[in-house]
Amino acid sequence: MGSFAVLTFKVAFLALLWLFVILVALVVRTDMVGRPVKAARTAAGTAEAPAQPKPSRAGRSSRAGATPRTRRPNSPEVLAIDSGSLAGQRLQLVDHVRIGRSAECELYLDDEYVTSKHPHAALDRQADGGWLLTDLGSTNGTFVNGVRISGPRIVTPADTIQIGRTQMRLEH
Amino acid sequence: MSELTAPVAPPAGTAPVVFKQRRGIELVLILVAQSLGWGGYILTGLNRDNAFPAHWLPVTIAWFGVGVALHLVVRWRTPYADPVLLPCVFALVGIGQAALYRFTLDFDKVSEGGRFSERSQIIALFLGLAGCCAILIWLRNLRRLNAYPYVLSAAAVVLLLLPLVPGLGWEVNGSRIWIHLGPFSLQPAEIAKLVLAASFAGYLTENRELLASGGRRLLGFRLTRVRDIAPLLVMWGVSLVIIVGQRDLGTALLFFGLIVLMLYVSTGQLRWIVIAAGLGLGGSLAAWRLFGHVQQRVAYWLHPEDFPDGAYQIITAQYGMSVGGLAGAGWGLGWPYMTPYYFNDMIAPSLVEEIGVAGLMGIVVIYGLIAFRGLRMALQAKDPFTKLFAAGLSFGFLLQTFAIIGGSTRLLPLTGLTCPFLSQGGSSMIANWLLAGLLLVTSHEVRRPVDLVEVDLADERTMTIDVRQLRHLFSGQAAPLLDVPADLVKEDDAAAGPERDETIALPPPGGLS
Repeated sequence: MGSFAVLTFKVAFLALLWLFVILVALVVRTDMVGRPVKAARTAAGTAEAPAQPKPSRAGRSSRAGATPRTRRPNSPEVLAIDSGSLAGQRLQLVDHVRIGRSAECELYLDDEYVTSKHPHAALDRQADGGWLLTDLGSTNGTFVNGVRISGPRIVTPADTIQIGRTQMRLEH
Repeated sequence: MSELTAPVAPPAGTAPVVFKQRRGIELVLILVAQSLGWGGYILTGLNRDNAFPAHWLPVTIAWFGVGVALHLVVRWRTPYADPVLLPCVFALVGIGQAALYRFTLDFDKVSEGGRFSERSQIIALFLGLAGCCAILIWLRNLRRLNAYPYVLSAAAVVLLLLPLVPGLGWEVNGSRIWIHLGPFSLQPAEIAKLVLAASFAGYLTENRELLASGGRRLLGFRLTRVRDIAPLLVMWGVSLVIIVGQRDLGTALLFFGLIVLMLYVSTGQLRWIVIAAGLGLGGSLAAWRLFGHVQQRVAYWLHPEDFPDGAYQIITAQYGMSVGGLAGAGWGLGWPYMTPYYFNDMIAPSLVEEIGVAGLMGIVVIYGLIAFRGLRMALQAKDPFTKLFAAGLSFGFLLQTFAIIGGSTRLLPLTGLTCPFLSQGGSSMIANWLLAGLLLVTSHEVRRPVDLVEVDLADERTMTIDVRQLRHLFSGQAAPLLDVPADLVKEDDAAAGPERDETIALPPPGGLS
């Protein structure tokens, strides 16, 4: 190729390289803070449903609000947290839930009364749809209705479970 | 009711943030990024032979196909992943592969040592892509890596020791860091880097509080207890000793920087940096005394013109860059093969010769963007392990890039490291694609939307605990702290107005799926 063509392509290549850099920078700029979502308020008395994330795209995210799968009609499917750092959260249960402040726990509690060395307690679905609560050798204990449990114990939606500062209940 | 005591809705700044997926933008950026590599490849043919390269059509289809395929895997498995990471990686890989193709055209002009197998390079690229896809598809919960810090660090040590096994190891240029595996040769340190980052992150997640606040104070300094720091020092020291024994000083430097940064990030204490600076200085002096090697490198860096033989590659690289100038000679029109190791360690000056300083600056900015996005996701991550792991990976990546581009362009003394994603070198290519996969999974975890749940603000009021209750705890009659008699609860939030329901965002609860 002639030297003029070489020069043209050379400059075009560098222009493309820097165009790419600028495009990435623009994407990063608009991406810096994401898109704020206003905290939706549900006025008392109105039947309006709380705002949900876009259900079509955010399939994974809407589990807290989605209708529970009707696997076993009598089995509680939701863990409602009443106090502590996660207060107000309603969580869809899986068959085996480890609760604690160590990283492998399915339910992570940010609570100084819970050890970070190992899971504090476990909640297991039984064959009949009930739930078995087991304390995994914690120092500060796991309480059901205010009584420290010594061995595995079946819990029902009528029981209040307490771990550290967190109180929770099963719900259908 | 004064304004100060009233419970307020979260201000706009703390409103939950939902990141867009931006997969469409990612696809556009990937196509632009891939045109860079493709452009280099085509321009090499045009500039040298006035024609398109021999197999340009299948290469074009395969190259763009690979980009779209990986994009689809990301769209399928990690739809909330960072949209600029993958395009940046593809831009670097493309430019690197184009340069390596271009180097093969000059193989008739170089001796045996100046050649490499383009075929194994392409195999490594595809292995790396496959590894990245495997991570995207199967590694759903990054925190699973957290469970085995000691196992991981033992694995890293084994990987580092492999080159010393007789029959398996292989010495190149005085560094015994290679192993033979059938027809392939591997540099296990590249993989060990990722494993070690995971093991440090796991250990620090468990013990950072002890490291930050345990131990006695002496003259205003907090002395960390030996039992808290010892496992870390052992994990790190053993790897460092092995690497130094193998004369792989660049990697030693990298591991040193990695651990210091992770200690600093996990504890937030400046003293680790100060201690490390002292240790680093001591270590450098010791290395200076022990290895003639190190003194040589520094002398070559300061006065290359005094060592026409020893510093030959630095001198020729400098000439190459001066030939290239601002815009370079054009793809395929320089003489990069005159520099020893022009295709791996010295690839930065080789690229400057053909695409100019303007081109290398663009590449450096792309490296910076990758590391910046990695550190950004570390800031956004909610659990400490993800935070540390992302910070460690991206800082290690940045440090390696800085050391090798700085070294090869004579900003720093030259240490033998590969230039991530650009250099020839199969292990480096595979390891860096694994790193890209890990960063993509992390960014998906960090950026995917948080769950919207109902919160009753009435439950958030300040709790008052009667300290007399605590006595039960010490007497063995552990009473739950929350069982506070109703009359002991201060009623000051009754003045705070009617209870309100708010929908707020909570972190995604790990594995509750």
